Amino acid sequence: MKRRKNISYAKYGYIFSLPFILAFLIFSLYPILYTAVLGFTDYKGLAATSWQFLDEPFKNFELILNNKSFRQALVNTFMIWTMNFIPQILMALLLTAWFTSRRNKLRGKGFFKVLFYLPNIITAASIAILFYALFSYPVGPVNSLLLKLGIVDEPIYFLVSKMSARGIVAFIQFWMWYGYTMLILTSGVLGINPEIFEAAEIDGTNGIQTFFYITLPNIKTILLYVLITSMIGGLNMFDIPQLFMQGGPDNSTLTTSVFIYNQAFSGSYLYNRAAAASMIMFVIIAVFSAALFFLMRDKSEIQIRKEAKAAEKARKLANKAQGVI
Amino acid sequence: MKKNRSLLFKVTAYTVCLILAILSVLPFWIMFVNATRDTFQIQQEALSLVPSSHLFDNLKILLGKTFDPLKGLTNSMIVSVASTLCTVYFSALTAYAIFAYNWKMRKPFFTLILAVMMIPAQVSVIGFYQFMYKIGMTNNFMALILPTIAAPTAVFFMRQFMMASLPLELVEAARIDGASEFYTFNKIILPIMKPAMATQAIFSFVSSWNSLFLPLVLLTNNDKYTMPIMVSLLRGDIYKTEYGAVYLGLTLTVLPIFIAYFLLSRYIIEGVALGGVKG
Repeated sequence: MKRRKNISYAKYGYIFSLPFILAFLIFSLYPILYTAVLGFTDYKGLAATSWQFLDEPFKNFELILNNKSFRQALVNTFMIWTMNFIPQILMALLLTAWFTSRRNKLRGKGFFKVLFYLPNIITAASIAILFYALFSYPVGPVNSLLLKLGIVDEPIYFLVSKMSARGIVAFIQFWMWYGYTMLILTSGVLGINPEIFEAAEIDGTNGIQTFFYITLPNIKTILLYVLITSMIGGLNMFDIPQLFMQGGPDNSTLTTSVFIYNQAFSGSYLYNRAAAASMIMFVIIAVFSAALFFLMRDKSEIQIRKEAKAAEKARKLANKAQGVI
Repeated sequence: MKKNRSLLFKVTAYTVCLILAILSVLPFWIMFVNATRDTFQIQQEALSLVPSSHLFDNLKILLGKTFDPLKGLTNSMIVSVASTLCTVYFSALTAYAIFAYNWKMRKPFFTLILAVMMIPAQVSVIGFYQFMYKIGMTNNFMALILPTIAAPTAVFFMRQFMMASLPLELVEAARIDGASEFYTFNKIILPIMKPAMATQAIFSFVSSWNSLFLPLVLLTNNDKYTMPIMVSLLRGDIYKTEYGAVYLGLTLTVLPIFIAYFLLSRYIIEGVALGGVKG
């Protein structure tokens, strides 16, 4: 009797997830497959409606992989990501250590957290243009500040130098994301069993030892999560480089996303090449995602098992209760 | 000795925090101030912390060209509100399907959600654009709204929340009382899910409001521009020498989020810490 009832409810699992599945199939899976197919075709030109498969199926991929700009975009993406991520994770770790320190309680943590997270929530498009204005030459707020502080004698033309343009983009990324990373790490540290810290205190460890031998090993998973999501986010970086310098000067802030956008939606509308580039990016992201997936799966697996046990318990309890009635 | 070290720690920590805090606010402060100064003043001295009196002159210049903040605001509002509603309701529904029912495909389905969580719009944009172009949905907000029905991160978050704070006995009890499954979900489950839904609502609203990539690809008609596309116009040649107007345009786009953020900051900060999973 009970069993049959369970089976009859199962259909609601399908019904309730149907909207998600439909939206996913139509708006995610189909476009990805479509993009993959277009990568093997001659599809280009604004408002073109027909396409044919190429005689050499991998020609677009070959062209993209040998494309100087695309290679440059991969190099840029990696450079900008590194320049942003290393300071970002170090700053976030430092702040996390300070904010969770049990010995030295800082005041105003809530206030600082609110301010540190602020840049993350503001429209990236606006931030890109704001920084473009702030770094303008010969008169701009940043130049003005540097002159006033006596750091430089002449205004600097930041936006013509490749390295400084990359540096500014990396700085914007750092500035937008260190607060987020800090919040994630802090919540990870607060999730550690306090007894471990108490034990360490009794053993007489100092703050630095506690951080390196207890805190860090305990947030390994979260650190890895931050690393991988940040890498994927870095690959997708679009708003800032696109609106800050349109990938310039001299392609120095061209990222893979900006490259794809430019191939497909400007110039000669090379949809096929852009699609091929998208697929290359997809493969890279899939590798990172797989790593993340295995990282997260273990945890959710355990939870599913726990949940199944709990459900079993609940069912037994319910049976018992019914028996009593 | 110990006291000295503690003092040193505090001085260092507060100094660093203060510098970072200033770094967070200063760019926006310069933006607000320069929005009230005219081009001449900005060219004389670009850095000022004191507002001037040219706010309305700047507004006139700004509105005299292609930038239309009211339209951008309205369009962004329509897209963001609709997307948020879709994400929140359907994510809760999907999470409930995974949480409450024992169906054959439940595990593979959840695995799929975990697997596609990180796939960005960029990798499917060409196919998506062509698909929308063929069915005449470019320049249609539906093309931005409907995909948000499938929001894997939100589903993941809601499921975590349900496992932590939704007793299955409650569902059983509702069944015994003869409630239909839809009724149970809408009238009993959703109210319990309010905190999780509020968190997800904030984040999906913000991400939709800030989104540039897909709208830029799909919306080519001026009338349909969302706020981030409007902002990108400020980078164009027509505003090249109108510094004050550019700062004002930026201010107008940033202000709504600024206000919302300071009103909701507590929940947002908590939400970030809670979520852990948000790209």
